[in-house]
Amino acid sequence: MKSTLHINDEHLRELEDEAIFIMREVAAQFEKKVILFSGGKDSIVLVHLAKKAFWPARMPFSLLHIDTGHNFEETLDFRNDLARELNVELLVRYVQDTINYGRVSEEKGINASRNKAQSVTLLDAIEELCIDVAVGGGRRDEEKARAKERFFSHRNEFGHWDPKNQRPELWNIFNGRKNVGEHFRVFPISNWTELDVWQYILNEKINLPSLYYSHRRPIFKRNDVYLAWAPFMQLKPTEEVFEADVRCRTIGDITCTGVSFSDANTLEEVISEIAATRVTERGGRYDDMRSEAAMEDRKKVGYF
Amino acid sequence: MKNSSGNSNKSLLRFTTAGSVDDGKSTLIGRLLYDSKSIFEDQMDHIRESSKRLGREEVDLSLLTDGLRAEREQGITIDVAYRYFATPARKFIIADTPGHIQYTRNMVTGASTANLAVILIDARKGVVEQTVRHTYISSLLRINHIIFCVNKMDMVGFDETRFLTIRTELEQLVRKLGIEDAHYIPISAKYGDNVVDPSINMNWYSGITFLRLIETIDIKQDYLNSAARFPVQTIVLPQSAEYHDYRGYAGRVAGGSFRTGDEITVLPSLLKSKIHGITVFEKSIDRATTGESVTLTLEDQIDISRGDLITGDGEMPLAGQDIRMMLCWFNEKPLHPGARYLLRNNTHESACVIKAINYRMNIETLGKETSVDGLKMNDIANISIKTSRPIFYDPYMKNRITGSVIIIDEVTNETMAAGMLDSE
Repeated sequence: MKSTLHINDEHLRELEDEAIFIMREVAAQFEKKVILFSGGKDSIVLVHLAKKAFWPARMPFSLLHIDTGHNFEETLDFRNDLARELNVELLVRYVQDTINYGRVSEEKGINASRNKAQSVTLLDAIEELCIDVAVGGGRRDEEKARAKERFFSHRNEFGHWDPKNQRPELWNIFNGRKNVGEHFRVFPISNWTELDVWQYILNEKINLPSLYYSHRRPIFKRNDVYLAWAPFMQLKPTEEVFEADVRCRTIGDITCTGVSFSDANTLEEVISEIAATRVTERGGRYDDMRSEAAMEDRKKVGYF
Repeated sequence: MKNSSGNSNKSLLRFTTAGSVDDGKSTLIGRLLYDSKSIFEDQMDHIRESSKRLGREEVDLSLLTDGLRAEREQGITIDVAYRYFATPARKFIIADTPGHIQYTRNMVTGASTANLAVILIDARKGVVEQTVRHTYISSLLRINHIIFCVNKMDMVGFDETRFLTIRTELEQLVRKLGIEDAHYIPISAKYGDNVVDPSINMNWYSGITFLRLIETIDIKQDYLNSAARFPVQTIVLPQSAEYHDYRGYAGRVAGGSFRTGDEITVLPSLLKSKIHGITVFEKSIDRATTGESVTLTLEDQIDISRGDLITGDGEMPLAGQDIRMMLCWFNEKPLHPGARYLLRNNTHESACVIKAINYRMNIETLGKETSVDGLKMNDIANISIKTSRPIFYDPYMKNRITGSVIIIDEVTNETMAAGMLDSE
């Protein structure tokens, strides 16, 4: 089954040229540079682009993982291996620590998620490590608030984003100037779509965690989304855990990562499924379903 | 080896749209996304729900493109929103901008990276001030291709004469502004006539549909024949045992092409050398063309740093400190002669002082207003500046990358303006 979309993938070269250009601007304009690494495919693609942009030199970035503690084990192994292979510094900061210090309180109840708390941990890490730029894998096609995000997105001294007062971005001139205490988020793959990312992974033969392929795991259904089950998760009386062959379309915190039924064992099969699918990838993200402007609200206060 | 056109935009088309709430621009985009099956079920569900909540009678496709909360509440588009869709022929990036005069800066921003502009005209109203403004901004930013969509043909009974009258008026505007390639299509975004499928209501129109046009329009020629330019972004120094003496210059080709063995000149030092190698990651290539991000190595060890410009042996860029440009002012704080700012062109920064405002464009009448003592947000004007050291550039009309600048406030670091060098 070959998708009818994207017979042609030549546009990927231009998207890659653009992303590499952005990576190099980041290297030139900032001091303490990290790539926000979640173990998800977008951040894996970012690392690959950074590797290409500075070859044969080592990439001038550390990897920063904000660990909610609710991980898929496979993701952590993958992360550690990648950092070792590339010989880059891996920084991990834990949401649990932020909760222990009383900087944020843990959400209670059935839908408890550490998604919001993550932003506090991230901003604390940015301050602690004097990070002036965090490169992220956000894409404008993911969600409507992201559609207006700049490549170089300014954050004030509170780490906040002001969507109504963003710096205009013209041609390929990126203004990363800032005052002390402020920082930037940079999104080199802003113009990529989900399918672009997958096709690029295929073309470049990039390794992914096994979670992206079909595997058997316990899952349950909540409000039309199938979620991976983990022992610490609270279930409603009507919710039932069962095993199924699934794959993850995005990988984030386990409490809010939707899974879809799949037999796809190869990248080609995954891509065929995605090209044929009728639901956006964030449609499976429980965190976005909380309200119409859920993403916009989280982004303003420092979310990824 | 890559073909002669390089990878510039063969299968990726960036276009900009500008329009106000009621001319159907968001509906057109919604229609394109919907008919090309780029809208997913969950997005459609959201739009159905939002339409109902907002009391709209039908599913409002414009809700797809109006992203931020304020926009949804007020029913306006206040920023540039980027949208993506693909057909088997091409991938498209839409820079969707508001059309009202107080958002001129957003239109300029959206137009800066576009290869094509789509301008909507309400068939009932014909050419209005806003049409003139959008067309002018497209020509100012040197978008070579414009598609005029005469929309709401359903509201004028799909009348051919009405379309031809508007078309004649548009053709005059196109001639006046010197636009190279213009197209005119009668459409109904709401009902889909001539958007993706040919209209059954307008048999008199023998041209192709909007989608077919944007799938096939040739933009390759736009990139050929410019002089070879390579602004240096960063120096690649591995300092490893394997690459002990390696010194690479990383950047993106901003004009023409470079081949291994080419003679090059580095500005501002005027030092000369030859290209030893061109690499994209581990792969060596013979030739790098406009748009490609590569790393160059040279035959000689010469001093080159970020902000320098490597040029081929063709036409040299201009060099100077006294520079004229067309400028769009972006900030609420006004511009006055005598003020000092930072100027960035490509990867190069210098200080500059505003010497004079030569004239301000009235972008509704296209008249030039002289004796202007300051510029407000959204003003477009011709100004003269002096830079603290020489800058190297091409006229914007020859090269959109090496001919463009931004002006930055040294205290707030905000981007205050965008400038097109040596243009009128």
